[in-house]
Amino acid sequence: MSLAEPAALPVATSAAPRLDVMKRFTTRFKASLPAYLLLLPSLIFLALFTYGAMGRVFVDALYQRTTPKAPVRFVGLDNISAVLADPAFTGAVVNNLIYAVGTAVPSIALALLFALALSRTNVVSSALRAALFLPVLIPMVAASALFMFVFLPNVGLLDYYIGRLLPVLPNWLGDGDIALYAIMVITVWKNAGYYMLFFLAGLQAVPEDVMEAAHLDGAGPYMRLRHIILPELKPTFLFVTVIAILNAVTQVDHVFVMTQGGPSNSTNLVLFYIYQQAVEHYDVGKASAATLLTLAALMSLTALSFRTMANREGGP
Amino acid sequence: MTLFSRLFGDAPLATRGEITPKLGFALTVLLAIVWLIPFLWMVVATLRPASNGINAMAELMPSLKPTLDNVRDAWEIGDFPRYTLNTTIICAGILLVQFVTVTLAGFAFARLAFVGKTVIFYLFLMQLMLVPVLLIVPNLSLVAQLGLYDTLTGVMMPFFASAFGTFLMRQAFEAIPTELEDAALIDGASLLQRIRHIYVPLSMPSFSAFAIISVTSHWNDFLWPLMVINSPDKRPLTVGLSVFTKTAEGTQAWGTIAAGTLMVIAPLLVTFLIFQKRFISSFVTSGIK
Repeated sequence: MSLAEPAALPVATSAAPRLDVMKRFTTRFKASLPAYLLLLPSLIFLALFTYGAMGRVFVDALYQRTTPKAPVRFVGLDNISAVLADPAFTGAVVNNLIYAVGTAVPSIALALLFALALSRTNVVSSALRAALFLPVLIPMVAASALFMFVFLPNVGLLDYYIGRLLPVLPNWLGDGDIALYAIMVITVWKNAGYYMLFFLAGLQAVPEDVMEAAHLDGAGPYMRLRHIILPELKPTFLFVTVIAILNAVTQVDHVFVMTQGGPSNSTNLVLFYIYQQAVEHYDVGKASAATLLTLAALMSLTALSFRTMANREGGP
Repeated sequence: MTLFSRLFGDAPLATRGEITPKLGFALTVLLAIVWLIPFLWMVVATLRPASNGINAMAELMPSLKPTLDNVRDAWEIGDFPRYTLNTTIICAGILLVQFVTVTLAGFAFARLAFVGKTVIFYLFLMQLMLVPVLLIVPNLSLVAQLGLYDTLTGVMMPFFASAFGTFLMRQAFEAIPTELEDAALIDGASLLQRIRHIYVPLSMPSFSAFAIISVTSHWNDFLWPLMVINSPDKRPLTVGLSVFTKTAEGTQAWGTIAAGTLMVIAPLLVTFLIFQKRFISSFVTSGIK
């Protein structure tokens, strides 16, 4: 198209670029085809079990069936309001919040202590790191089996050794005021060694000469921790906190094995509530509504770290 | 103090005299011992004869007359060989399919330009954020619709695609110089041949890191198989152990429970102690599983 023929062929001028775009698109699509074929197997399973699953949660949350064989009935937001009005659910949310804070804070603090103490490379440190890491490897169910005996009234490990010092022996798992905290002990024991690894990795970024310079300027161990190490570890803290909170919602097998949410719902956590609704009460609508609420809460949490994660994985 | 001076021998000279780091180290040693007590109890209780009575069960001093009766009882009561087989099938099945899916997808992200790359990248990233355990309810109904309820395939299927593995392989493939691929291209190697003979053999460390994470997490998975599996002979180790514990708890057979737990965790612990460095570095890269 040149300036010599201004607006002479309006149809042609508008059609030509469109054809061009279409053509360019098809050639680009054709060039992309091998990539799509390579991605297809993964995308099929993601579509079925991740996105499809999310879609089904949305839909199922809007329907209700009273018995497993009865036809489904559209109920709108009734399931959601029923879940929110269910004291068992709100109780589970409160328990889960206590559980999240009560497991994340001590396990992260311990992980930092372990990492600071064991960052040197020698045989003793690496043996201690391995010892602290062992609980990470074992299934939560196995940890529960061991701690069931630790907390066993009168003859268990805790009562046998430490219980003698107490005037009255508490029933660790049987007392509604204590059971949730007993459960939290297991989680801290199991996860501190995992978070330690991230702090160990983060500590490698702290330059040794800066530490030495700070010491020469008269900064003691606490000052160096506060002003050099902790600022350097800030990204690690954020990352570990997100994982710890995710774990507090998802890694709750010990509730299933040890307490079944009891005594009197004191250790009922959100995931166990969902399981109960789906498997024990066959109430898929309510289970989906509870899943939806939990997903929304967790997604808004992880959305905070979405950018960081995208960058960590190398960007699109 | 000589012990300390040796342990802190590589600390900066100026800080070697400080007390606080040593107190922290001592506290960590103490806690590491506490951390090991449940494991110690498990081994001691496994070897303790039942005749010692329930009151001696918590004693951490090993019995003078160790016995393997508990191991035999656990072996007979629980169907551990079958559970181990099921768990092995589940872990191996998931891993084999994952190897294919993550290699192909990882290669697409690492080396190919395609329309919608950004969108698809975020689609994968979403899976990293959505913890699969939370989707048990919809996934259970899908597995049932597919006719896979109460099958090991049903247990495996949701994990066949892995965003974590895809990104891990992408990173590994990006580090491989393109010159190698160009040489193969000139020799007329097809896309799949190039992946198979150039990219895969050069990325073995990443594959093994991924295998460690994948196998440990599915070896330990409990809730999902608990929901999918109904027949006792299809239970994996974790579900089997929980049922076994429940049965043995009723009879206060704590020695047997300890023996059963030991059998379930021994394979992983032994592998870890042999390949300690590999495990640790894989878990660091794992972050969100």
